[in-house]
Amino acid sequence: MGVVQADQMTLNIGPQHPSTHGVLRLEVKTDGEIVSEIRPHIGYLHRCFEKHSENVTYEQVIPFTDRCDYLASMNSNFGYVVAMEELMEIKVPERVEYIRVIMGELNRIASHLLGLGTYGLDVGAFTPFLYMFRDRERILDIFEYTCGARLLYNYMWVGGVSHDLPHDFEKICIGFIDYFEPKIKEYNELLTYNKIFIERTADVGVLPADVAVSYGVTGPNLRGSGVKWDVRKDEPYSIYDRFDFDVPTGTGQFGTIGDCFDRYWVRMLEMKESAKILRQALKDIPGGDVYQALPKKIRPPKGSVYRRTESPRGDLGYYIVSDGTPVASRVKMRSPAFTALSVLDEISRGWMISDVIAILGSLDIVLGEIDR
Amino acid sequence: MTTAEIKAAIEQRFTGSVVENEDLSEIQVELKGDHWLEIATFMKNDPNLCFDQLECITGFDTGEEGPLQTRYNLHSMEHRHKIEVVISHDRKNPKVASIEQLWRIGDWFERETYDMFGIVYEGHRDLRRILCPDDWEGWPLRKDYEGQETYHGIVVPKIKEEEEWE
Repeated sequence: MGVVQADQMTLNIGPQHPSTHGVLRLEVKTDGEIVSEIRPHIGYLHRCFEKHSENVTYEQVIPFTDRCDYLASMNSNFGYVVAMEELMEIKVPERVEYIRVIMGELNRIASHLLGLGTYGLDVGAFTPFLYMFRDRERILDIFEYTCGARLLYNYMWVGGVSHDLPHDFEKICIGFIDYFEPKIKEYNELLTYNKIFIERTADVGVLPADVAVSYGVTGPNLRGSGVKWDVRKDEPYSIYDRFDFDVPTGTGQFGTIGDCFDRYWVRMLEMKESAKILRQALKDIPGGDVYQALPKKIRPPKGSVYRRTESPRGDLGYYIVSDGTPVASRVKMRSPAFTALSVLDEISRGWMISDVIAILGSLDIVLGEIDR
Repeated sequence: MTTAEIKAAIEQRFTGSVVENEDLSEIQVELKGDHWLEIATFMKNDPNLCFDQLECITGFDTGEEGPLQTRYNLHSMEHRHKIEVVISHDRKNPKVASIEQLWRIGDWFERETYDMFGIVYEGHRDLRRILCPDDWEGWPLRKDYEGQETYHGIVVPKIKEEEEWE
């Protein structure tokens, strides 16, 4: 007979709970209010992305990638087409590269706005959420104007994009950036320097750099821990090597390096950098035909490729194996949110249940991408 | 370091562990599965190799009668070099040592590959299904997978196979 532990309790958070950011169940073992272990149960949104990809042609996989990370569909598309082009050795026109970067960065801002807004909700600040959604809406309008869809775009094709930019896109996009950049100050006044918000996030859920690397945590979460690693800089793909932008890292300005605040703050700074890239890209974008490099049929040579790109959540990798037919032999998606969630147990131990919500929110996970 | 140099370093330390395979690309290296844990430990801790980041684990089924494979994409944050390790498993009894305690993300990646291919990672402390339900039957991403017809009374829809691709 074991010793009866009266204080030990198992608590289920989710699968249907707003603060789990999707359909995620956390089996939390607590000692009173203190968390001693978390077992995340995932798979509620498993839609067999990888199995489906083996049964449809290469171009038909792209709409599936939209639905994996539904908050940053452009970046999901981007990763897939970059991997496919590497496998097929296609050179896409300059204009297409610029359009892709513009769309990717706009979507990064949109995704971060949602991530930061809902993070405010998680720790009890309702207003910033509304402000950020208001501005995200403008980006979605730009996407709608460009390709007709607001959330699931199927915009980037292997060798090109589905629509050229509208004639006045530049003006609209510059208009948006001019509008958006001063708004960051507003968010900071509303949320970032709010005393309650700092108290809730500083020093909470510290993720040391070596643990982050070991757990394969990437993107803003890794940079929040002070590691300067950005695929756009360190393994440049597309034309990211042409732009001048910084890679913000966590500094522990209110607490320890790698705490929830740093992860939040890195995202805020990243939006500024994205705006910087957007301005450069809009200035230099050349003319040309966007359909010029579209292959007649997509039939990559035998072989495999692993290519990772920087999605708003981190390293988004695609592993594609081709057997020379129009159907992939294997498509694997290495999703950044999957790895980020796996570290939750490690960094949540010893914190209160309400802090677990703050830590989970700071990792900015998307369950569609975790479960695929 | 280039792939050839990394390969040579492994071969020098663990003689006979590298399998020559013509089909692989220049970034890939195929290893025998017997001493995988020792080789992985060496690859992670050796100061010249220093593969501190496990990017991805991909399971792969080579076809009807062929072996199953686990493919590890490794990357070194310090030296900025990368390699892909391929290990083949016998289809009847697929197993290999777990590297879950070396790179902690291996925990979930191996669970996912186990879930989809039924490859057993020996020494994994918590090897169970991760995306499919615990009582799911079969290994979905194997090429010879036949889906179960019903699951707790729910009919499982079949994926339609196209006749021929052209």
